[in-house]
Amino acid sequence: MRHIISALVQNEPGVLAHVAGMFAARGFNIDSLVVGETESPEQSRMTIVVRGDDRVLEQVRKQLAKVVAVIKVRDFSGVAHVERDLMLVRLSVPAERRGPVLDLINIFRGRVVDVSPKSILVQLTGPEDKIEAFIECCRPYGIKELARTGVIAMTRGAKEKE
Amino acid sequence: MMAREKKAKAIDSKGKARTGAAIFRQTLEAEGVDTIFGYPGGVVLPIFDELYESLDKFVLTRHEQGAAHAADGYARSTGKVGVVLATSGPGACNLITGLATAHMDSIPVVAFTGQVKTTLIGNDAFQEADVTGISRSVTKYNILVKDVKDLARVMHEAFHVARTGRPGPVLVDIPFDVSMAELNGEPDEQIRLPGYKPQLTGNPRQIKAAAEALNASKRPVIYVGGGVILANASKLLRELASKANVPVTTTLLGLGALDQDSELSLDMLGMHGTAYANYAVQDCDLLLAVGARFEDRVTGNLAEFAPKAKIVHIDVDPSSISKNVKVDIPVVGDAGNILEALVKLAEHKGRKAWFEQIAKWKKQYPMGYDRKSSKIKPQYVVEQICEATKGQAIVTTGVGQHQMWTAQFYKWKFPRQIISSGGLGTMGFGLPAANGAQRGNPGKVVIDVDGDGSFCMTMQELITSVNYSLPVKVMIMNNGYLGMVRQWQELFFGKRYSATKIKSPDFAALARGFGATGMVVQDRSEVREAIEQSLATEGPVVVDFHVDPEENVWPMVPAGKSLHEMKMGPLA
Ligand SMILES: Cc1ncc(C[n+]2csc(CCOP(=O)(O)OP(=O)(O)O)c2C)c(N)n1
Ligand SMILES: [Mg+2]
Repeated sequence: MRHIISALVQNEPGVLAHVAGMFAARGFNIDSLVVGETESPEQSRMTIVVRGDDRVLEQVRKQLAKVVAVIKVRDFSGVAHVERDLMLVRLSVPAERRGPVLDLINIFRGRVVDVSPKSILVQLTGPEDKIEAFIECCRPYGIKELARTGVIAMTRGAKEKE
Repeated sequence: MMAREKKAKAIDSKGKARTGAAIFRQTLEAEGVDTIFGYPGGVVLPIFDELYESLDKFVLTRHEQGAAHAADGYARSTGKVGVVLATSGPGACNLITGLATAHMDSIPVVAFTGQVKTTLIGNDAFQEADVTGISRSVTKYNILVKDVKDLARVMHEAFHVARTGRPGPVLVDIPFDVSMAELNGEPDEQIRLPGYKPQLTGNPRQIKAAAEALNASKRPVIYVGGGVILANASKLLRELASKANVPVTTTLLGLGALDQDSELSLDMLGMHGTAYANYAVQDCDLLLAVGARFEDRVTGNLAEFAPKAKIVHIDVDPSSISKNVKVDIPVVGDAGNILEALVKLAEHKGRKAWFEQIAKWKKQYPMGYDRKSSKIKPQYVVEQICEATKGQAIVTTGVGQHQMWTAQFYKWKFPRQIISSGGLGTMGFGLPAANGAQRGNPGKVVIDVDGDGSFCMTMQELITSVNYSLPVKVMIMNNGYLGMVRQWQELFFGKRYSATKIKSPDFAALARGFGATGMVVQDRSEVREAIEQSLATEGPVVVDFHVDPEENVWPMVPAGKSLHEMKMGPLA
């Protein structure tokens, strides 16, 4: 099963290497790992998408918490939350054939952020499944280049309790 | 608290500028460090210059691996944090085996390494190695200090992390310019580790559930690991076992938590454990694990491990729980705290049938070997060492058959008595660890029962024993083989002894060359005499016992089999 795990960590050099190294050493499979500063410059948040059964996930959570620079770990499974992935994708569609593609972009509420004679650059945000659905729809038009940030997430409602 | 009071005094309050190296020395003093094992080099010159006035606290080993194992042996035998200091690049790399050894057995060690100047880091400078990168997976925590103002704080954090929670090695990498830099005013010493909060008190509901399960059980077994010894909880464990009347088995690292003369002792379990321990575990209805981690050498085939038992697991490391076996009642916290609470709740139960069953197993499958053999049986040597030292020695080992015979045939009486690399199984651990243990326990008899293979991995450390007057007694079980591997080849690879027959130098002559005393024993009748003589000799001694080359370790649970499928050997 797919889990989104968020880890609040000390914003220190080496923390990312420590966490990534732990995942590699323990043989955990990760789909994505995102790091960014939080409201406090002393802390960063890592959001990790990881797959495994309950036992694996229990170990993932515990091993993460064990890393000295990791302050707090939370698993979003079973918790109402919002998740977002950001994608930039360059589609090779010449100006004369752009109509249907622009419709598609509209349906997915994406935005065209750059245009050239032979291609357009599209920005799309949303949960992973939406992004993936869009990728499938775009394939016939020719994807030239694609980049994704990986998922970040937050619980719905009031700020999580400490 | 004590450390903090000392700290205040150690640092002069005149606000005078101090170098990083001076802060280093003062912080070690504040932490109460009385021994540093290590080896110098270019980028640690400023630090060694600071140590010049207090060299009585420094032990120069002959290899950084030896320093790391010595710090480890010092830590295991004293309960204090072991400290090791090495230079950058090759010096730091030589520490890695020692750190990994300490890491696998949760031993509190703090390693300090020099690093090239911060401005050179990443440039492939002379003797640069990415030591925090290399050591990351074999340390509990590691950190590169980039600014002299952080040095004191990071060092205190290192000691704190190493000794608290589930202990382990911590590495602090100190660039040359950081130890040279001057700091004006007071260094920041306040520990700041928001992510580090070991859970020490057990959840009372879980403790109650554990006590109820224990009180209700008819055939319980307590399974003790090194965690009990690390937590200094052996006394409480003994109290619990005798109050609740429960038999106790231990892992290799748990030996000594219970006096093996106790009626309740089932001795060691696992691959080379006793038959009665393994049968008891397979038949028990409650397994109370304390500070143990269900490693594969202990459990055998996991699917059939303790199949009838409800499992209670007490451990300070939450990630140990349900990692290998599914635990019914987990209790996270310090073994001492939890055992203390359990002692209060435990009820004495007779369990007559259970103890009768155990007595039957003990009678039917005692630990033994061919006592009538005219050859020198290694088990016999261990028994004689035990008798000659009245069971009171601190004993280190290498890794292999001799390690198992030592574990099986010495009668362990007290915690921190056996010093052996369990998790990593590091050949070459014995002698340097003995040096560390001897340094930390000056009045005690320290014996290294070693293998002819293992000894050669770190034998240069005999120079350290000689130079620092560490009177360790090295008893080499010289079987002419990398015996443990040979045993597997004999049993599972059709006796094809590929690369396991070894020809060793004349160990006695070698010892003399190093300035120690050397002895050779080729006849069974000389064994006891030689041991007595070595104990009576001042200074380090090496005794080369020419033991039966093809003796095997029994019983044995073949890898992947269940504990009750153990093979008893030719005598049974
Ligand atoms: C550093 C290291 N290398 C290899 C091994 C694999 N190994 C385990 S036991 C053993 C043989 C040890 O031989 P010796 O020290 O003579 O002990 P014996 O088994 O003969 O008593 C070997 C090679 C190891 N444990 N450690
Ligand atoms: Mg050997």
